[in-house]
Amino acid sequence: MATPTEDRSLDCRGLLCPMPVVRTSREMKGLQPGQVLKLLATDRGAVTDIPAWAADTGNELLEWREEGGALVFFLRKGVPE
Amino acid sequence: MRGRAREASVMAAEPATQETEQEPLLEATIRRIVREELERAAKRDPASRRACLIASKGTLDWAYPPFILGSAAAAAGMETSVFFTFYGLNLLRKDFERRLAISPVGNPAMPMPMPMSDIVTALPGMKALATGMMKSMFKRKGVATVRELRDICLESGVRLIACTMTMEVFGYSKEDFIDGVEFGGAGAFLSAARKSHVTLFI
Repeated sequence: MATPTEDRSLDCRGLLCPMPVVRTSREMKGLQPGQVLKLLATDRGAVTDIPAWAADTGNELLEWREEGGALVFFLRKGVPE
Repeated sequence: MRGRAREASVMAAEPATQETEQEPLLEATIRRIVREELERAAKRDPASRRACLIASKGTLDWAYPPFILGSAAAAAGMETSVFFTFYGLNLLRKDFERRLAISPVGNPAMPMPMPMSDIVTALPGMKALATGMMKSMFKRKGVATVRELRDICLESGVRLIACTMTMEVFGYSKEDFIDGVEFGGAGAFLSAARKSHVTLFI
């Protein structure tokens, strides 16, 4: 699968819970529905926190992987209900 | 005529066979529709978007959970209220940082550089040592400070409510608290909590 292209990226490396979720939520507010945010994090909790956050807020986690010692998430902003 | 009659009988037979074949499919479909409707209803339920917490402790370690959960709930789009009562009230004071401490006395779970008996941990200066250790450990690991987390809660619309009864008992006045704090009692908490699926006593 081709890697999604991001419209904006956010670096949360070195930050622990709840900061990756808090920062992602803030950053997402500045995106248009359909746009993609690339998130970098090192908090292991993000592996469960980010998918749960995305599901609860109507955003879509396109994919995530480990890359160069960091977790990389691609999130697509959902259409508000 | 004969041809037509055959055609008619074939046509009549078709729905009958389809009906018997469709029966299990129909049940599965109904189950799916019911499940989807329930999921939609649960999503629409406003209580699933509300969190109501009580913060009753005022030590450095226990200062984190209400603000971490409060800011995370707000980030997840939840209407969030945190009620501060008893020692938790200290977390809303303007001078809260000077009061935030942790004592190693009677806390065998606290990580220490070496095993220490209660006699040692009760010595003067040990509270300050433990507090400094915890603060520097949290900072080194990249945990936001209590002040930062509290600011995030305020900025993201988390309602911070101080318990008026314990304020009275402790002799705290409204001026002791940071801007943005609301005031209320058990009735206000229960009224909000009954409309929230997430309620926690911390």
